[in-house]
Amino acid sequence: MAQAKNKGAGAVMVVGGGVAGVQAALDLTELGYYVYLVEKSAAIGGAMAQLDKTFPTNDCSL
Amino acid sequence: MEAGRSPNIEILSNADFLGLDGKAGDFTAKVRLRPRYIDADKCTACGLCTKYCPRHLVDEYNEGLALTRPIHIDYPQAVPATYFIDPDACMHLQHGTCKICVPVCRSKAIDFDQKAETRQINVGAVIMSPGFGRVPEEALTKYSYGDHPDVVTSLEFERLLNPSGPFMGEVRCISDKRHPKNIAFIQCVGSRDLGCNNGYCSSVCCMYAIKEAMVAKEHDPDCEITVYYMDMRTQGKDFDAARTRAEEQFGIKFVRAKVADVMPWERQLKLTYATMDGKHHFEGYDMVVLSVGLDSPADAKNLAKTGAFDLNHYDFCKTSTFAPLASSHDGVLVAGAFQGPKDIPESVTQSSAAAGLVSGLIKKQRGKGVVTKTYPDEQAVAEDDEVRIGVFVCHCGINIAGVVDVAKVANYAGEMEDVTYYAESLYSCSQDAQEVLKQRIKEHRLNRVVIAACSPRTHEPLFQETLKDAGLNRSLFEMVNIRDHCSWVHANEPAAATDKSMDLVRMGVAKARNIKPLPEQTVPVTTKALVLGGGIAGMTAALNMADQGFQTYIVEKNGQLGGQLLKQHYTLQGDKVADLVKDVTGKIKKNKLIEVFTDADLSAVNGFVGNFTSTITVGKKETSVDHGIIVVATGGKYHQPETVLGAKLPDSKAIVTQNELEKQLAGKGKTRAPKSAVMIQCAGSRGDDLAYCSKTCCNDAVKNALKIKEINSASQVVVLYREMRTYGYAEDAYREAREKGVIFIPYAKDQMPKIDKKGAKAEVSFHDPILLEDVTIAPDQVILSVGIVPEDTEDISKLLKIPINADRFFLEAHVKLRPVEMPVAGVYVCGLAHAPKPLDEIIVQAQAAAAKAAIPLVKGYVSVEPTVSNVDKDACIGCGLCESLCPYKAIQIHKIDKKRKAETIVASCKGCGICASHCPTFAISMGGFTDEQITAQIKAFGEMREE
Ligand SMILES: Cc1cc2nc3c(=O)[nH]c(=O)nc-3n(C[C@H](O)[C@H](O)[C@H](O)COP(=O)(O)OP(=O)(O)OC[C@H]3O[C@@H](n4cnc5c(N)ncnc54)[C@H](O)[C@@H]3O)c2cc1C
Ligand code: SF4
Ligand code: SF4
Repeated sequence: MAQAKNKGAGAVMVVGGGVAGVQAALDLTELGYYVYLVEKSAAIGGAMAQLDKTFPTNDCSL
Repeated sequence: MEAGRSPNIEILSNADFLGLDGKAGDFTAKVRLRPRYIDADKCTACGLCTKYCPRHLVDEYNEGLALTRPIHIDYPQAVPATYFIDPDACMHLQHGTCKICVPVCRSKAIDFDQKAETRQINVGAVIMSPGFGRVPEEALTKYSYGDHPDVVTSLEFERLLNPSGPFMGEVRCISDKRHPKNIAFIQCVGSRDLGCNNGYCSSVCCMYAIKEAMVAKEHDPDCEITVYYMDMRTQGKDFDAARTRAEEQFGIKFVRAKVADVMPWERQLKLTYATMDGKHHFEGYDMVVLSVGLDSPADAKNLAKTGAFDLNHYDFCKTSTFAPLASSHDGVLVAGAFQGPKDIPESVTQSSAAAGLVSGLIKKQRGKGVVTKTYPDEQAVAEDDEVRIGVFVCHCGINIAGVVDVAKVANYAGEMEDVTYYAESLYSCSQDAQEVLKQRIKEHRLNRVVIAACSPRTHEPLFQETLKDAGLNRSLFEMVNIRDHCSWVHANEPAAATDKSMDLVRMGVAKARNIKPLPEQTVPVTTKALVLGGGIAGMTAALNMADQGFQTYIVEKNGQLGGQLLKQHYTLQGDKVADLVKDVTGKIKKNKLIEVFTDADLSAVNGFVGNFTSTITVGKKETSVDHGIIVVATGGKYHQPETVLGAKLPDSKAIVTQNELEKQLAGKGKTRAPKSAVMIQCAGSRGDDLAYCSKTCCNDAVKNALKIKEINSASQVVVLYREMRTYGYAEDAYREAREKGVIFIPYAKDQMPKIDKKGAKAEVSFHDPILLEDVTIAPDQVILSVGIVPEDTEDISKLLKIPINADRFFLEAHVKLRPVEMPVAGVYVCGLAHAPKPLDEIIVQAQAAAAKAAIPLVKGYVSVEPTVSNVDKDACIGCGLCESLCPYKAIQIHKIDKKRKAETIVASCKGCGICASHCPTFAISMGGFTDEQITAQIKAFGEMREE
């Protein structure tokens, strides 16, 4: 879903799509802002996507 | 992942952040999108191209432990789920040859003509979250990493443990694939090491080493695992418990020693390590795992230049204690590991906090950029309408079709009563399949849809969305999981897997016959907030709520705002606490949206998310206020220990707490610094009165020790500790203290120091593990690093029906994913009431709570999931069992016509079904899972299939 339109200052840019960036993006949309999530690599997820289970709950990552 | 589906998140992957002009509220960012060489709209992620691509490439995703091809996807659930071509490895892009993938791809998605594109994007604010980078090579090579394949980093080990990793989750030596009999973990690799300019502690490696060790033990209980460490820094909430489990339940050994080197030795690796007493030891291991730290991202300097913000001396983003997420550039915030090494729960907390700060910063533009999706009017489906079921059976590429005979399953479904339409589809979840689904619903006037595919957990929302697009109520949907339950678990028995798929589809259709449309409900909210507690957490949360435009009440039981901070003087970083208190209380006083009640008691709370009514009692006066959410920030206080070091504490004026010492040192008297002092860490914590680590006392000890040295450099300070938990940048101060002559001596739990009264003084006896001697000293002052306990959590727990843990701190809804939310909707927690933590973390958590709490207020309503409990008033006998069992406070007994009846508060109900399963008169049914539907499903299970 490519959106060429500029969303203006009601938009926020998040640089880095790891767990931190993704969470920030999700919360921003819930708070009423449009988000551009810029990720250097081919997919979002960052280091967490590489982890098997994660503490403290040791359930699987995503 | 959710982010891939939101219409308001545009993912620019394979992209570079190149420039930032303008100012906060009105920035123009420049972003370059590198070509993927694959058309994202056409790629179905079938994976055929990877199979044909002739060239091998080291798989970075698997930490170089596996091979992939230049055209690939890192893992099947990647977002975006589009393959891409690595231009540095592709033979066509490098040498103009090959191009095998072009004809192979059935969707014609491969496009070698794609060019890089640069976009100028107007945004109000920027959040930097580029995470962390790799520690320098030299930190690894000194342990023979690179020389011997069985020395691996913890990230590589993480991949080895993963079922999708190179050995399908089995732990094997890389050298010869044998199962290692013993494994050594070396901590602090590339951390706490000035040799590679990483003087800080990475904060997460102790915990993840414990996790990895435990998972490895689960795979192979006979493998012996030893962790070599300096301090085990498991300071997080409930982390010490994990360490105890690792030791006692899993038999993992922990050895306090410095590893000097690792040498290849026959088939093994020889570890040389030095224990505290200076002795050297040798041990052979099959495998060595290096617990690598988190470094700053490789391109941090560039990013800082582009974004025009400052870095700290370790090249992470520079911020301050009182504004932990603000970079030096107004409007540019930071979150996650780039702010400083941290784990997932803290990264997630920072992200919410940063989102909330942005929301305050550009609140005028709120809602202007967002796209709201609209749906066609819902088609009415009445009780006696003809049932018209559509069944769609998915191939999931070869995922299902490779095992299950999909055509047979679909044809079987086609013969069933009420099934008006049936079809197979290659990928039911693809974009074009949604279009087809929409058309078929309309063409065949379908009023129930059954999709036999994968897991409802991941895909149900997508299909339900399509139903809504087709004008059908989203509850008229049933999903049958023939992938996980059939083709995956019965991969070697295709006939049986097909049979089972048919049985499951029959059951699904039987249920579908009985499903009814469920109403989409929303409940309006009062757009006001109530913050309980006026310490720094409560004040920060209130200010942030007000910044976002919401009226906020603060209820503080004391006569004055400020809480524990009123007793503190300076931070480890040297900031004056009084400045912060003055600044924040000043802002609160000026803010017209905030109303403060001091000497106040929250005496009653009624209602539910969006619609609370509370009573605030001040003296004899009661005020009733309406509000949509509650932030619990009731704080904590210093523990007054009775048991210290396993013994009763003697009564002596020479024994003081760190906080009392701090007050004394903050004074003006010339002799305010003791000439000699012994500090006792974990006094009353970690096994004495309190079971847990209080996280802040190591920092406080270092802070005060440095202050003593600053006032009188001749003073002697000895710190007796179990583990110095000066995680993160606090490690700098710990190092400085040692350099300035503060003496740190560890003690073991089974060899605790003793405190006795000796006249006016107190005497401390302990074992010195370095000199291997018992020592007794009588310093001027003995200083106890006492822990932190929560304030009155029991009462509030009862009032709000929110849970507390064994240590009496509030228990969040999900430690990792929902760290500031309570299980009861509309209630949030932050600060010491949640767990002990230092000031900067408290501020961040309060900002995060305010961000999460603002979400329902921004929306103006809460939407209710259709699957909620429903009480048949005639059958209800008002016994109240359901009310007492509901974990979410979502079902309550009310008097209706003088009779006690249960009533669901739909806004709070999570659809768990506990009430329905316990009701003695079966008066409760769950939307979407009625007894009628489930019985029909079970009956269908018993029916025989005609062959
Ligand atoms: C071996 C190991 C095990 C761990 N285990 C656990 C665990 O069990 N539990 C736990 O809580 N934590 C664990 N952690 C820590 C956890 O990985 C981090 O807390 C978390 O990944 C931090 O998230 P982040 O989003 O800040 O950074 P990252 O996950 O690093 O994500 C950053 C993202 O930003 C992108 N990026 C970087 N630079 C740029 C740029 N210039 N432009 C655009 N994009 C960019 C990157 O490609 C990446 O996708 C572990 C860490 C390691 C090393
Ligand atoms: S051109 Fe050849 S090497 Fe390059 S991605 Fe396609 S198949 Fe692979
Ligand atoms: S002490 Fe700190 S740097 Fe060392 S391993 Fe533990 S968390 Fe990592």
